[in-house]
Amino acid sequence: MKQKAHITFKLNGEQTEVAFAPHKTLLEVLREDLNLTGTKHGCELGECGTCTVLVDGRAILSCLMLGLEAEGREIKTIEGMAEGVDLHPLQQTFADLGAAQCGYCSPGFLLVAEELLQKNPKPTRMEIQEALSGNLCRCTGYIKIYEAVELAAAQMRGEEMELPHESIFGIE
Amino acid sequence: MSKNDPKDLKVVGKPFRKVDARAKCVGQTKFADDIVLPRMLYCKLLRSHLPHALIKSIDASKALALPGVFAVITGKDLPIPYGILPVSQDEHALCIDKVRFIGDPVAAVAAIDEDVAFDAMNLIEVEYEPLNTISTIEEAVLIDEPRIHEYGDSGNIHKKVSLEFGDVEEGFAEADLVREDVFFYEGNTHLPMEQHAAVAHYDSDQKLTLWSSTQTPHYVHRALAKVLGLAASHIRVIATPNGGGFGGKSDPFNHEVAVCKLAMITGRPVKITLTREEVFYCHRGRHPVLMKIKTGVKNDGAITGMHFQTFLDGGAYGSYGVASTFYTGALQTVTYNVPRYKFQGLRAFTNKPPCGPKRGHGTPQPRYGLEVQVDKIAEQLNLDPAEMRRAHLVAPNTVTANYLRIGSMGLGKCIDKVVEGSDWKQRFSGWDRSKRKLPYGKGIGIAASSYICGAGLPIYWNNMPQSGVQLRLDRQGGVCVMCGSTDIGQGSDSILAYIVAEILGIDPFDIRIVTADTDLTPVDLGSYSSRVTLMTGNAAIQAAERARESLVIAVAEKLSVPIENLSLAERRVFDVENPEVGVTFAEAVVLAESKFGTIGTVGSYSPPPSPGKYKGAGVGPSPAYSYSAAVAEVDVDPDTGIVVVERVWIAHDIGKSINPMLVMGQVEGSVYMGLGEILMEEMAYRGNRNVVHKFPSMLEYKSPTTMEMCDVKTYLIEDPDPNGPYGAKEVGQGPLLPIPPAVANAVYDAVGVRIDEVPLTPEKVLKALREKSRGRDGRYGPDAVPAVEWPEPLRVLTPAEGGDGREMPRVAVHS
Repeated sequence: MKQKAHITFKLNGEQTEVAFAPHKTLLEVLREDLNLTGTKHGCELGECGTCTVLVDGRAILSCLMLGLEAEGREIKTIEGMAEGVDLHPLQQTFADLGAAQCGYCSPGFLLVAEELLQKNPKPTRMEIQEALSGNLCRCTGYIKIYEAVELAAAQMRGEEMELPHESIFGIE
Repeated sequence: MSKNDPKDLKVVGKPFRKVDARAKCVGQTKFADDIVLPRMLYCKLLRSHLPHALIKSIDASKALALPGVFAVITGKDLPIPYGILPVSQDEHALCIDKVRFIGDPVAAVAAIDEDVAFDAMNLIEVEYEPLNTISTIEEAVLIDEPRIHEYGDSGNIHKKVSLEFGDVEEGFAEADLVREDVFFYEGNTHLPMEQHAAVAHYDSDQKLTLWSSTQTPHYVHRALAKVLGLAASHIRVIATPNGGGFGGKSDPFNHEVAVCKLAMITGRPVKITLTREEVFYCHRGRHPVLMKIKTGVKNDGAITGMHFQTFLDGGAYGSYGVASTFYTGALQTVTYNVPRYKFQGLRAFTNKPPCGPKRGHGTPQPRYGLEVQVDKIAEQLNLDPAEMRRAHLVAPNTVTANYLRIGSMGLGKCIDKVVEGSDWKQRFSGWDRSKRKLPYGKGIGIAASSYICGAGLPIYWNNMPQSGVQLRLDRQGGVCVMCGSTDIGQGSDSILAYIVAEILGIDPFDIRIVTADTDLTPVDLGSYSSRVTLMTGNAAIQAAERARESLVIAVAEKLSVPIENLSLAERRVFDVENPEVGVTFAEAVVLAESKFGTIGTVGSYSPPPSPGKYKGAGVGPSPAYSYSAAVAEVDVDPDTGIVVVERVWIAHDIGKSINPMLVMGQVEGSVYMGLGEILMEEMAYRGNRNVVHKFPSMLEYKSPTTMEMCDVKTYLIEDPDPNGPYGAKEVGQGPLLPIPPAVANAVYDAVGVRIDEVPLTPEKVLKALREKSRGRDGRYGPDAVPAVEWPEPLRVLTPAEGGDGREMPRVAVHS
């Protein structure tokens, strides 16, 4: 029988132990051995960004990282983004503004955006585009995602911000 | 319909979040691959590495001997063919005697885990006898043998269509200008972020359940009953939320049948998740279409006649292809007046992944050709291309030459909006290149389009509704809406909630939505042909109005007020003249249940009959048509040929937005996908026989990232259509259509080259610029279409000629 690897690490704030076949990627360990299916797979080769998780606060592609490399690290997945029942402002704005259509790429976008806002609380539209350029979305055309990031960023800075009427209703 | 004054609407027209939006943002939405059942086995499909070959033998003994392998099945275990269209039942879950493209499945394994299944798959020995291949439309037209299929119109021609409405030659004779152009639109694929996945479970009572990322659970249900030989009543298909579909999950698929069969054999749940490479082989995406368009016009741009020929590369199976073929010829007539129209279409079989429906099904290709040709005509007549389009629009409430009944028609307003927004008159240079308004390299272009709001006819002939909604009200005030529709991200679950909430005067988030489960929900045909909002919306209105009726009768009796005085809003049923007199919504349900018994209602929707009665009239009719117009602004680098689309102005005639925020999302997503098609996406093939997929990965199949996506200025035109729920029309597909031609026309404005082939890549721009610098015409594109013997066209008198929608009797031609 296969020999399982055994690691401990911090997952969504909780000390976690898991055993798994040592060739598994972090993506597979999260989904298959820890039942955290919020992290998605899209391309299997590090192109689409759908499997993004935060490792020690940095967005990484979990399909390109071995589960073994998680030993001792601090990992956050989409399931760990909300504080209890309180959604992260990004989760709230993504939901409210239609930035999640099918929702399959949303976990990856949300975590990349979280890292961006950690580093840069007031990103320009161009900085948002660059930060999100490693994540593919086939539904939205990205525009509602930019708007959701901008609105969440403003809220996190404690600023009032209203989206332009034309973003939601079109130009008069 | 009760409250139709937009001022009175509480939910419809408001930008509520989607009812499932939060679950999608916290990782709670369960997609098909997220489902795990105890004792579940994993399935892998062994796919052919040859494009066309006879299967001489399959030996699975080594695979079966591998520890952890539970079953291996091959074509002989599933001998019954299936296919989405009744006329193309040409697929087997696993190939029986031959394979038709690289990726065609020949065997399926169920094993204890994915690794063992993979190892077992590689131990299956298949002996093939290779056959010659057919790789292009031109080859299919010329080469009859070997036939890829033993059915079809002839040799490797799947279908030939020939229709003529009025006498086009008469139209050309009346014209001041007749133009002929040839275009090619390369195939491309849906590329949903979620790979297809399915889980099957066969229980001890011999009932089968399939969870699958499908857009059409009802058709999968029918196909499974046929192929597995099980009573449909013993099969339950649950469509999981789709991680994007775009048409790519609309066929019944090999892997869905295979996991069901394996679950029945092993008695254990079986899962399969396709790899991204396999998704490219499943395909069913945009058909490559070669087309020739001959159009006659008067000097003012009025069309006198049009002859449209299309040649579709169908790939290895039928899929929706017969419908796709008709769609490449159906909607040319619904934007500008086309008094006489002839359409000839041909679909070829080739040894490549099968093509089918992708967002816009069969219409982006002809729309591209038509809109670029209209631009060329405007140049030849020295007319402004926006004004010329605007001057010859189809009138509302008319019937076209090919018998499509037009209801509301907002294209004029759409054109006005994008012309105004883009400052077209100040920025479009006109056709005299010495009087440029924008610097060389910068350009703008315009295009317009239309799309159906649901197909008028179902895929299989029947007299039943296309959509059903069932409503259950419980005595605690709970409302449950059940409908067979499938949410693929477009928000169809939310539309049901908004409409029912509007009519019952409750909050959309009070409602429980159960959809896409063949055991629990009435049939809706599926998420395709932009049918869902219009059809489920109308069915939901009927069901909710019936529930409202029971409530108001019971409440009126209790409160002794006239029924017509009662209003439902803010979770109350009350007297509009005396609003404090009323009951809560939950109390109203108790009163109704006390009076009538359990409160459940149904609603259903069938499209109106089409005026077209000729053979082939089934494709094109729709309860309503949406319209779009777009202006694209581009920056073309003449040294590299790189085209940057800087901005798109787009106006979409939505009829009425049930939720404007979701409409905006569909418009922006359509613009994005249209940009991908015109700039980069292509299903290209390589190898000495040109049948090996060039890019079966997301790394090599280029699609736009945030860095390629342009700024979008959107206008929503609200001109309610009498057939739409609250006047709503579609938005999921239509706004894609004007984008490719608008960009191509803008490139011409920028650098003066015509790229008559999609995608419009830097290489093609450079080649055309080089031609131009050598004094030639600066065009890149195909020169000719294959010589084909077309059948005698089926002739139909147009409505203007007094036709009745039927074909004329065929007359023997004596020469």
